[in-house]
Amino acid sequence: MDFDYTASEQSFREEVRSFISDNLPPKKERDKNFLANWLEKVRAKGWVGFAWPKEFGGSEGGLIEQTILREEMALAKAPPLGTSMMGLAWVGPGIMQYGTEEQKRKFIPDILDSKVTWCTGYSEPNHGSDLAAIQCKAELKGDHYLVNGQKIWTTGAPWSQWIILLTRTKFDVESKHDGITCFLVPMDAPGVEVRPIQNMAGDKHFAEIFFTDVQVPVENRLGAEGEGWNVTVSALANERSSIGEVTQMFEKLENLKELVKTTSKQGQPASNDPKVRRTIARFEMKVAAMKFNGLRYLTKQIKGEPLTSETSVNKLHRASLEIEIDDFAVQLMGQAGLQLRGGESAVDGGTWSKSALNWPNVVIGGGTPNIQRNIIAERLLGQPKD
Amino acid sequence: MNFGFTEEQSLLRDQVERFIKEACPMPKVREIAASESRFDSALWQQIADLGWLGLTIPEAHGGLGLKWIDLTVVLEAAAEGLCPLPIASQALASAAVLTCGNDKQKSDWLPAMASGSAICTIGLYDEANWIDPKAITAEAHASEDGYVLKGTKPFVNDAAAADYLLLAVNGPDGLALAAVAKDNVKITHQPTMDTTKPMASVNLDGVTISADFLLPMSEEQLAFLTDCGAVATTAEMVGAGAAILEMTSSYAKERIQFGKPIGQYQGVKHRLADMYVDLESYRSLSYYAAWSVDDDVAGLAKAVSLAKGYASDAFAQIGIDGVGLHGAIGFTAEYDAQLYLKRSKWARPMYGDSDYHMDRIATLGGL
Ligand SMILES: Cc1cc2nc3c(=O)[nH]c(=O)nc-3n(C[C@H](O)[C@H](O)[C@H](O)COP(=O)(O)OP(=O)(O)OC[C@H]3O[C@@H](n4cnc5c(N)ncnc54)[C@H](O)[C@@H]3O)c2cc1C
Repeated sequence: MDFDYTASEQSFREEVRSFISDNLPPKKERDKNFLANWLEKVRAKGWVGFAWPKEFGGSEGGLIEQTILREEMALAKAPPLGTSMMGLAWVGPGIMQYGTEEQKRKFIPDILDSKVTWCTGYSEPNHGSDLAAIQCKAELKGDHYLVNGQKIWTTGAPWSQWIILLTRTKFDVESKHDGITCFLVPMDAPGVEVRPIQNMAGDKHFAEIFFTDVQVPVENRLGAEGEGWNVTVSALANERSSIGEVTQMFEKLENLKELVKTTSKQGQPASNDPKVRRTIARFEMKVAAMKFNGLRYLTKQIKGEPLTSETSVNKLHRASLEIEIDDFAVQLMGQAGLQLRGGESAVDGGTWSKSALNWPNVVIGGGTPNIQRNIIAERLLGQPKD
Repeated sequence: MNFGFTEEQSLLRDQVERFIKEACPMPKVREIAASESRFDSALWQQIADLGWLGLTIPEAHGGLGLKWIDLTVVLEAAAEGLCPLPIASQALASAAVLTCGNDKQKSDWLPAMASGSAICTIGLYDEANWIDPKAITAEAHASEDGYVLKGTKPFVNDAAAADYLLLAVNGPDGLALAAVAKDNVKITHQPTMDTTKPMASVNLDGVTISADFLLPMSEEQLAFLTDCGAVATTAEMVGAGAAILEMTSSYAKERIQFGKPIGQYQGVKHRLADMYVDLESYRSLSYYAAWSVDDDVAGLAKAVSLAKGYASDAFAQIGIDGVGLHGAIGFTAEYDAQLYLKRSKWARPMYGDSDYHMDRIATLGGL
């Protein structure tokens, strides 16, 4: 056990820091080209797909350096390293693990260059938690599959160019996990219709998607026919791992500390209130637990063992923190905390009130807490399935 | 950066687990806890021979010269079986001598501590649930040929088994540790919930010690020893927590109600999952804190408070759920789950409860 960093890891950290100080102006000074320039620069550094193989445009960087990169970017509150969050977090890794050589060459570079945004088509109106029971149908017709069915809650569908789509190619199966097949489908294919759905925070980030006689060429199948569940299980572990990734909580915790220092409670600085202090300390303990759990999983990955059900642990921490932190902040600010952006008394531009309505993203998205608890109890503790 | 155990540490863990299973299984634990001495010198000699008592003592003083992370491997594995031997107290007493002793005291005392021939413990605070130099009320006054002591140390762990006790006092020149031999003080066993962690009061009134039995202790050294105490306690909470989770999880697979194993009901399995999440989380924090003792003293206070602050309440809940999920059998004296619940009660206030540690996290975190 050793939490020290080697000299070369330290110097990598310095490199990231100096890059940030050279290239990340304060928010107010950023012009409209800032994001595009930023993406180009981090890409040129080889920091997008940092640990991916070189032959597909990655840098084959170490997992520890990748963690350092994420930590420093989060501490500096930097924008993301690419625009296809799902592409980078699980679609790309899925293609590298299960895809053909041709698929890798075709899709990976565009993910790294932020040219293509991906969305994820798993959930259906009647099959959410019980994902393996999906019914969206794909039939082999010579050189293509014909897809008919519906997906829902697809985040990013309104602006994505491609979707990783889970379908059923076989209905007469012993286990519902059999007969599932995964495809990579362009969102502009004929027969794909996207209808955005507004959420309680007022955004239209997710959508329902109707597939009517959509022709998907056989070469767009990801993995073998009937192997879709395996593809999904490893993609879901990556999704939960990215939801449970601690670095995104650092900024929130820091912002919360600033907030309590500048907010008053019954005429006193809130940061003097013992209950406030302990509440924040409790958040900090959970964030630290996420960090060190994450480092234990990282050590496992470095030994070559893939992440599986343990990703549910930090997913659960993230889910409860996401609700509790925003809720605490909003309550602390009283009536001002209710005000959204534009309100005369809105605090921090209404980010807390907005965020307090957005917890379902990480609480329900990627599988609900009940499902994470089932996974832990059944797969890690060996309890019988429901 | 490597958050894994070495081959040697894994072997050590196996050795401890095997020893506990063979030489100190639960019936033996109960027997020791119910005995007059609440101690077993034959077992003590065996673990001394295995080297467990000298892990953190330098080789020059007869120990193995390893680190606290190695010690926590032993503490954690021994606590899986609620081993009642004062391994943690011995380690804390060695830490106290290493931290506050001079060269002569170290060479005189540490070899006997490493070999187990001197059983030792420490007693720091005299006020319940108060971690502060002001909570040390016992006194040492200069006398003709040394010091005369005054006051009572009400909460000394493993005092009755110890040959020597290192007890915090206010001396003429500030805080100090008085080293006293058991025969010179009045030790009174105190009945507590957890019989596997014997506690006693030690009356010091009129006890005299020679000058070289008083070890000056700065507030920083006191804080360091307190943090070491929290690390040792938390390591034991990891082992004991894992054991009661395992016991409860196994029971849930076997106990049939309404025609199904109770582990199939989410009211049961989700509690088990929550126990797992908390246990694994304070396990991660506990390992980091143990590493910090030797390798990041500047970050120790924060690391310790994160670990003990989390573990204190989480293990208490694990103890309650462990008993509760068993139903009535868990409430019986004969069934072992209750012993773990009692350990969680013992561990909760030891070296700072969650409020103390959360307050420290807030302050160290800039609030
Ligand atoms: C913001 C957001 C973004 C999303 N993005 C995507 C996306 O990009 N792509 C995608 O495919 N999906 C997405 N989803 C869908 C998400 O994966 C599902 O909503 C989730 O898996 C739950 O399914 P459901 O909504 O059908 O609820 P249901 O499965 O109907 O569950 C309803 C309630 O019942 C509980 N429940 C269900 N089964 C059990 C059980 N066995 N034991 C105990 N409790 C149970 C659940 O915990 C929940 O509280 C998104 C969801 C949200 C909220």
